[in-house]
Amino acid sequence: MEEYIPLFLTKYNYWVYITLMMIGLWAMIAKNNLVKKIVGMNIFQTAIILFYVSIGAKYGATIPILQHGSGHGHEAAVHAADYINPLPHVLMLTAIVVSVATLGVALALVIKIHQRHRTLEEDEILEQLRES
Amino acid sequence: MSEQYPALVVIGPLLCALLVSVAGWLRPRLCLPLAIVGLGIAAAASTGLLAQVLATGPVSYRLGGWAPPWGIVYYVDNLSAVVAALVSWVALFNLAASYRTAMTDYPEKIGPFYTLYVLAVTGMLGMVVTGDAFNLYVLLEITSLTGYALIGLAGGRAPLASLNYLFLGTIGASFYLLGVGYLYIVTGSLNMADLAKLLTPLYGSLALLAAFAITLVGLWMKMAFFPLHAWLPNAYGFAPAPAASLLAPLMTKVMVYVMIRVMISVFTVEFILQEVALSQFVVWLAVAAMVAGALMALGQRDLKRMLAYIVVAEVGYMVGGAWLGNKMAMTGAILHIINDAVMTFCVFLAAGCIYQKTRGTAFEDLQGLFKKMPWTMTALAAGALAMIGVPPFCGFFSKWYLIRGGLEAGHWGFVGALLFSSLVNVVLFFRIFEIAFFEPMSHGHGGHGGHGEQAKAIALTEAPLSMLLPLLAAALGLVALGLATGPLVEKIILPIIPAGLG
Repeated sequence: MEEYIPLFLTKYNYWVYITLMMIGLWAMIAKNNLVKKIVGMNIFQTAIILFYVSIGAKYGATIPILQHGSGHGHEAAVHAADYINPLPHVLMLTAIVVSVATLGVALALVIKIHQRHRTLEEDEILEQLRES
Repeated sequence: MSEQYPALVVIGPLLCALLVSVAGWLRPRLCLPLAIVGLGIAAAASTGLLAQVLATGPVSYRLGGWAPPWGIVYYVDNLSAVVAALVSWVALFNLAASYRTAMTDYPEKIGPFYTLYVLAVTGMLGMVVTGDAFNLYVLLEITSLTGYALIGLAGGRAPLASLNYLFLGTIGASFYLLGVGYLYIVTGSLNMADLAKLLTPLYGSLALLAAFAITLVGLWMKMAFFPLHAWLPNAYGFAPAPAASLLAPLMTKVMVYVMIRVMISVFTVEFILQEVALSQFVVWLAVAAMVAGALMALGQRDLKRMLAYIVVAEVGYMVGGAWLGNKMAMTGAILHIINDAVMTFCVFLAAGCIYQKTRGTAFEDLQGLFKKMPWTMTALAAGALAMIGVPPFCGFFSKWYLIRGGLEAGHWGFVGALLFSSLVNVVLFFRIFEIAFFEPMSHGHGGHGGHGEQAKAIALTEAPLSMLLPLLAAALGLVALGLATGPLVEKIILPIIPAGLG
């Protein structure tokens, strides 16, 4: 048991992302309202974005802007440990755009569904489809 | 010019999609020509690329001139070149064929329709040529988002089907992204070739196994591999004809391509066969996909939905072939990507032609169609024979390779399921031919009045020429591909089969 405690405490970013992901997944599966499902989907995507952002972070590191860049005559070596890894964060800019676009498409579809069925509760929609 | 082909394949249609969306506001009439220009550039560039790759070997293109592990590189070998050519030509033919149906299925939305169409093809082509794992995710989402919109733009039950597709598709893409994240943690790279090099010393690591499993589940979700197929039948069944005949042939096939690319170029076959050791399990899943797809197709009373379930079974063929773990089966799986794209296109386009005339594809709507639409039904018959696997048609040859691969691996379940699903295809399609050939045009079914029905019977003639020509071209393509199997396998497929396969 004791050897798991440090595992839990030092890798807490993974636990946070897994928890959030499962909350999102649960909402997508268990919720009856389509908009709530969409919210769940967004939580699911955000969990993965958080995962990426957390793996770029380092203790005691600063934002990745070189303080003593080249061009001043003396080429200072760059210590990678002094700067957080910007790549996962840059990747997530794209992923955020994708997730916003997905949200937009999903909401537009929900509007079309509401126009036709006058409800957003999934069981009521399925009921209507069964009757027709 | 020719060294820019890999970029042109993607940039050409992308820029044209922008122009089409502008034209949609100003001059809707210009949309179709602009879309044709965009896909024409892609088709020409991908054909040129295929010739170039066959002549001089794989092409590596640095976007923006950045060197590979840091910059994004487009890497084109035989496999990607042939799939890119296939995607762009099928999309171009389908665009020509959907000129009429787009007017009726997307009234008032011609501009958005053509924009989404061209963007979807851009995304697929990008996925095929890219050599960067994260870039692939972005292009995958471009294709998926446009696909959801293409399906959901139509009325009726399509928006709900599209929303379900969106939920499951987003989970699939997110899993892929998560898998790429794990790969990035263990290697610090996103370039596929670089990843393959960096991963070799890491075989046996649990994180790597997790990355592989998560990536694969995500891709399976996107390709509707059996237990994860729930979105496909409704999405493709309720999709309007032009969207169905674009997405059904290409989307699943491109995803199978991505799976094979990830299997052989990022992780290697050695890793998959020795470290993962799940081949048996996956092949049995593929067996389940074939049997379940075939059985569920039997239960349908609508042509398009039946075809959608056949697609589920076909995905089982390709995944099973890729996982059997020998050269013959892998050849069959890759050949089946090509063949299945053309035959699925042929049958879905035929269904679209029928829908254009009868306004329905339920089995009752098919009565007497051989007399009314002889050419359309001939093309449907050609597609059906290819799907069953009758010799001069292409379906036979890929199934032949798959079965030989199954026998070589000693996997009787796979061989049996493949034969079973082919035999069920016989039943499925001959049931349709029986209805369309022998049952006379019924009068007054489906709650229509007698008058309307008579008017329909008179109006029912052959599909317009703009649809018929691409359809017949696809049907002829089935025979041509079948006859060209020898050179196709020898020149294109065999050189890329990894040597590690038994």
